[in-house]
Order: sequence, then C-alpha cells, then structure tokens
Amino acid sequence: MAATSTAPSLPPALADAVRDDASLRRFLHGLPGVDQVGVEQRAAGLGTRSIKKAAKLWAIDTAISMVDLTTLEGADTPGKVRSLAAKARRPDPERPEVPKVAAVCVYPDMVATAVQELQGTGINVASVATAFPSGRSSLKVKLEDTAFAVDAGATEIDMVIDRGAFLSGRYGQVFDEIVQVKHACGDAHLKVILETGELATYDNVRRASWLALLAGGDFIKTSTGKVTPAATLPVTHVMLQAVRDWRTQTGQLRGVKPAGGIRATKDAIKYLVAVHEVAGPEWLTPDLFRFGASTLLNDLLMQRRTQLEGHYSGPDYVTVD
Amino acid sequence: MSERISVAKTYKLYIGGAFPRSESGRSYPVTDTKGAFLANAAQGSRKDARDAVAAARKAFPGWSGATAYNRGQVLYRVAEVLEGRREQFVAEVGAAEGVAVKKAQALVDAAIDRWVWYAGWTDKIATVLGASNPVAGPYFSFSVPEPTGVVAVLAPQQSSLLGLISVVAPVVAAGNTAVVVASQDRPLPAVTLSEVLATSDLPGGVVNVLTGRTAEIAPWLASHADVNALDLTGAPEALRADLEQSAAGTVKRVLRTRPSEDFTREPDLSRIRAFVESKTVWHPIGV
Repeated sequence: MAATSTAPSLPPALADAVRDDASLRRFLHGLPGVDQVGVEQRAAGLGTRSIKKAAKLWAIDTAISMVDLTTLEGADTPGKVRSLAAKARRPDPERPEVPKVAAVCVYPDMVATAVQELQGTGINVASVATAFPSGRSSLKVKLEDTAFAVDAGATEIDMVIDRGAFLSGRYGQVFDEIVQVKHACGDAHLKVILETGELATYDNVRRASWLALLAGGDFIKTSTGKVTPAATLPVTHVMLQAVRDWRTQTGQLRGVKPAGGIRATKDAIKYLVAVHEVAGPEWLTPDLFRFGASTLLNDLLMQRRTQLEGHYSGPDYVTVD
Repeated sequence: MSERISVAKTYKLYIGGAFPRSESGRSYPVTDTKGAFLANAAQGSRKDARDAVAAARKAFPGWSGATAYNRGQVLYRVAEVLEGRREQFVAEVGAAEGVAVKKAQALVDAAIDRWVWYAGWTDKIATVLGASNPVAGPYFSFSVPEPTGVVAVLAPQQSSLLGLISVVAPVVAAGNTAVVVASQDRPLPAVTLSEVLATSDLPGGVVNVLTGRTAEIAPWLASHADVNALDLTGAPEALRADLEQSAAGTVKRVLRTRPSEDFTREPDLSRIRAFVESKTVWHPIGV
C-alpha cells in the first residue's frame, strides 16, 4: 500500500492508521460498532420534527440550492443535458428568486456539453467516473475515466469504491484507489460513493466512510442510485457522524451526499434536520451537503408553490424530465 | 347465554386502494335520522385530500388506458359485489335516510341498476359522443372523447347511495379517476361502497373516498392544481360560488347541478359528457 501518497497532513493517530495495510485494518476494525437499533430509532425520531411555514420555505430553498441535478441514463443525449442545465440555472422559470442548484451530475462523455451550458453560472459540473456504477475495471481504466472527465471540465468527480475489494477486506487496495483518483482529480472535488446498499451493515458504512475520509475524499456519498436500497436516513446518520468526528480530530470540514430514492420534499427536510442535529449547522450549505436527485427538484418546486400560493400544485406546472 | 355486545365501529378513509386513518387522527360520530349512534367515520383533512389526489393521478394512466371493454367488465364485476352486499346496503340506507325497508330496498336496487347502466356505457361512449367530421379538404377528420383526468366529486348530501353511485359511476365509466367526498351526515353507504370497490377488480386509486366535513375539504380540492374537474353536486349552497371561483384559477371543468336533483329519475348521458374532452384529429387521405 502506497500510504505515503496521502496529501493532507493528519494528526498522529490518523497518520499512523494509514501507515500500512495492517494498521489501516486495525484502525477500521477498531472503530466503535454502530448501535443499529439506536441509530434507526434516532433517525426515525428526528424524522417526526414538524417544520412549517417560514422554516419550511427556508428548508425548501436550502434543499434546492443543495441539489446535484442528475441524469445518469444510457439514453442521455446532449439535448437532454442541455435542458437539464437550463433547469439547473433557473429551476422555476416563473419565479426567478428560486436559487439555482449546486451542480449538474452527468456521465463523463456529457461533461463537455454541460460545461458549455453552465459557463459563468457558478453551477458546478459533476461527473461520475471510475467505471460507474459497478467500479469493476482496472485501476488504469478508472484513472483514465477520471482524467477524461476532468479534462472535459468537470469540477467535481463522483467515484465509486471497489465494493468487492472492500467486502473481502482489501482495505489497502480501496484506499490506494481513492488516493490515486484524488490525485487524478487535480483541483476537482472528489466525492466517494460508498454504495451503502451493498455494504450490508452500518459498521461497514462507518468503516468505508472513514476509509474514504482518510484517503482524501472531499465528500462521502451514499449510493450510485442504481442499487436498492439507496440513501436511507440511518445510513446518512452514520456518515454524518463520521464527518463530524473527522472535524473533531482534524479540524477539516468534509461533506456528505445522500443520493438515490429521495423524491419528496418531506424526505429532504428530514435529511436537513439530520444534518443540523448530527453534524451541525455548519453543514447546512451546498459546500458540505448535497442531494443527488432528479425527481426531488420538481417536488421541491411544487411544494414551494404550494407554500406561496396557498393551494396544492401539480406536476403539470413543472418541467418533465 | 349472555347478550352479545355491539361493536361500535370506527371506519377509515379509502385512498389508493388502502384504508388509512385520517392524517389528522380525527373521527366523528354518525347518527341515523333520529339521532341514534351508528358508527364513527374518519374526518378527512386537506392532507388526506392531497394524498387522495396523488393516488388518483397515479391510477389515471392505467385506468384511462385500459380498453373500454375491460373497464366495462371491471364495473360489471363491481355491480356483482354490490349485489352481494345488498342486505347491508339496505340496512345502511334505511338508517341513513330514515326510510322504511321497502323503500330502502328500492333505492339499493335502483343504485345497483344505475351502476350496471353506466358499466354498459364504457364501450359506447366513443360511438355516441365521437364523430367523423365532414371537412372541405382531402382530410379525414374525426373527434374522439377522452377522459378529463382526476375528478373531484362532492357527493350528494341527501341521497346516500343512489345519489353517490349516480355521480361516481359516470366519472369512472368515462375513464376518469375520482376523489369522492361522501355525504357529510350520511357517509356509511359510501364507506361500504369503498369496501366493495376494494374487493372487486377496480385498480386501487381509481376511486378514493373521503368522509368528513364537505365545507372543510371541498375548497382544497377546488383549488388543487392537479385536479382536472369538479362536480359540485353535494357542495354546500353558501360555498358554491367560491368553489367555482377557485376552480377557475386552474381552469377546471366544473359541473354545476341543481342541489335538489332527483336521482330516482332515469339517468342520461349528461354526466358522462361533462367529464370527457373531445380530441379532433385531421388525417390526410389518399392522393
């Protein structure tokens, strides 16, 4: 394991953890276990908070500004990416005060189109890379994939970890891959997709989160959206705890991105409550928390109209995507 | 042997093929015409109405896309299940409307016949309401009636079963999906009808039944942007103008009817016609 290649300077305890394979394993397995019943109960409990009126409107606008508007289909065309970019710039054309989304997330070959459409808007272009969504390819291909997206102008890279390697305990291999992809990213932000739906236990989610943070991931992201279950509240809780503890130990702020399966405003608000309560209010910014979503944005817009117009809105009043 | 203890039922709403409690947790007592307690009914709120509209919207593509023949078969099946519950309906209609058994039987029979009558219409609507239009040009122009979409139905307040079926059946026969607000003081036949619908072949969400205060729920349905049409039959007199006005905000089709409508009268096509829209197609013909 090429542990010395990590860029950030870590406190001694963490620097020791990434010294070699054995110490990395010792560190990850030494993390406290997750109380499954406790975290699920806590997540459900926070989900019952009632957010109304002005607070709800604020939450909706904040959530809109955190959306990574995503299209990851085999059938994506430049035209579809262009219309998505238009929606990202101005989510609700009738209401210019609606904030723009945080980023548009596409496959690497669509990055150039997205970059062209979003120039000068301040909206980031995120690209999935490293043999998304399965991550089953050689490291060389994964690095090429990353470089291709970065060269095309992507400012954020969403990489997938090798779940096969992680589950069979080859943590060092996963670590090295993240480090090298991070290197290939250059200035681009790196989001590390853990694909928690395939990790089976909360303990694994916690280990994978720490592994990604140790290797230099700027964000940890729950899922690709191609596997069920995708993002869930308890899993996001565990990841939020990881970034909070990371800040306590290193002083660095790292982000979290739940992706997949968040379709309703109500769910998005539950996530925001979790961010506030588990990580802290500093994380309530698009720099540190994102929603990977496509249909969520329409529901947020409909709810926003409902709040302002005093009657329920319908899907006929937002764009079809 | 000791006397059996009567069970005081608390009914629920019918939304999307399921029977949820009201989101508000409320219920209200239902009495017969003499004031004797019959059962508790769920008191639906605006959020229940919202959920019902979402369920109806979800069911619309499947129901409107089904063949007319298939819709007819499903509705005939509903009539069969209605027939099986005849005694229960007779008792409920008798209690709700304060009529003698003979009269209640006649009302229930008429209601089931009404349902069958509308079921027979599903595959004839296009023939009767559609047309091939003579045009001056080398085109074949034809018009076909298409279902309007999600219809909010305020069921009649007096006629608890015959009236209810007379307003719901034409809506679904035409291929629409419905959100029905049952009679406020006489909701039990509507609750039983929803049990019938749940155990027949009608897909969940095609008919959703809300019980509660009509004046509370109706304005939310009238202003809801995802509702395409509104039947004002059971609307409180004082509210009609307001409901029409807010329905106009999202250009709904509104069916105004006389509040004193006599449902024992032979039905006609007007209620089906009210909830279909004509699509006209011009097709070039041979050179």
